[in-house]
Amino acid sequence: MADLQNLKVGDALPAFTTDPISRLTLALYCGASGDHNPMHVDIDFARRGGSPDVFAHGMLSMAYLGRLLTNWVDQRQIRDYGVRFTAITQVGDAITCSGTVTELFEVAGERRARLALQTVNQHGQVKLSGDAVVALG
Amino acid sequence: MLDKQFIGHRFAPFSADVEKGRLKFFAKAIGQTDAVYTDEAAARAAGHPGLPVPPTFLFCLEMEAPNPGAIRDLLDIDIAKVLHGEQRFTYHRMAYAGDTLSFEQRIADIYDKKGGLLEFVVRETRVTNQRGEHVADLHGITVVRHG
Repeated sequence: MADLQNLKVGDALPAFTTDPISRLTLALYCGASGDHNPMHVDIDFARRGGSPDVFAHGMLSMAYLGRLLTNWVDQRQIRDYGVRFTAITQVGDAITCSGTVTELFEVAGERRARLALQTVNQHGQVKLSGDAVVALG
Repeated sequence: MLDKQFIGHRFAPFSADVEKGRLKFFAKAIGQTDAVYTDEAAARAAGHPGLPVPPTFLFCLEMEAPNPGAIRDLLDIDIAKVLHGEQRFTYHRMAYAGDTLSFEQRIADIYDKKGGLLEFVVRETRVTNQRGEHVADLHGITVVRHG
């Protein structure tokens, strides 16, 4: 867990990169998440809809970014967490999750940090852009 | 065009059980190796009463609705045209394996961009536990692509 007492704006969370997303990854996420949208697992369905291939669930990447947060602070300290899905994550993408501290503030006596979060693929293309608020204390 | 008269529409509340095995499966699917999320002894050692529901899993439980496609059916949306635009969670307290969570969903907004080529449905969901305590609020935006 992080040293939250001496945190400064600009500090980075420890980033990590996932293995490339495989079709098995998507099948497991389909079953475990309960999101059975065929666009993520059934290439025949995807092609009939005009897409060349299936693509990853946005919420899979949001779960990866959630790991970035819970690797860094106890989940009980997370107050708010949101993302925008800015581009589609494709099969074969290796996703790097990263975050930085953008603001330190206090609400009702609780010290909090605001974080900027993002996922990028192996080409540096931003896929998810998000933010979170965590309690520091 | 999606029918904007459904702005404000509320769906019948439903509940979903948080199952331990499902949480372990979800941890595997997202590459979560922190034992707090898969091992009850580790969770208890960290001060949790059981396996915690991880940050995004409330969205999965929201899909346990009797008809997970209720919004698409109501608005007559083709699933092949749908993208997830945004998702946000505001957390009030933790949820754990063994909890039964209640979900109250409403359509908060419907709007379009690019002359109707893109339409947006904003869904807000209030989540409470079996004790009536407020667990979280979910805010999701679905994008419908035309052409």
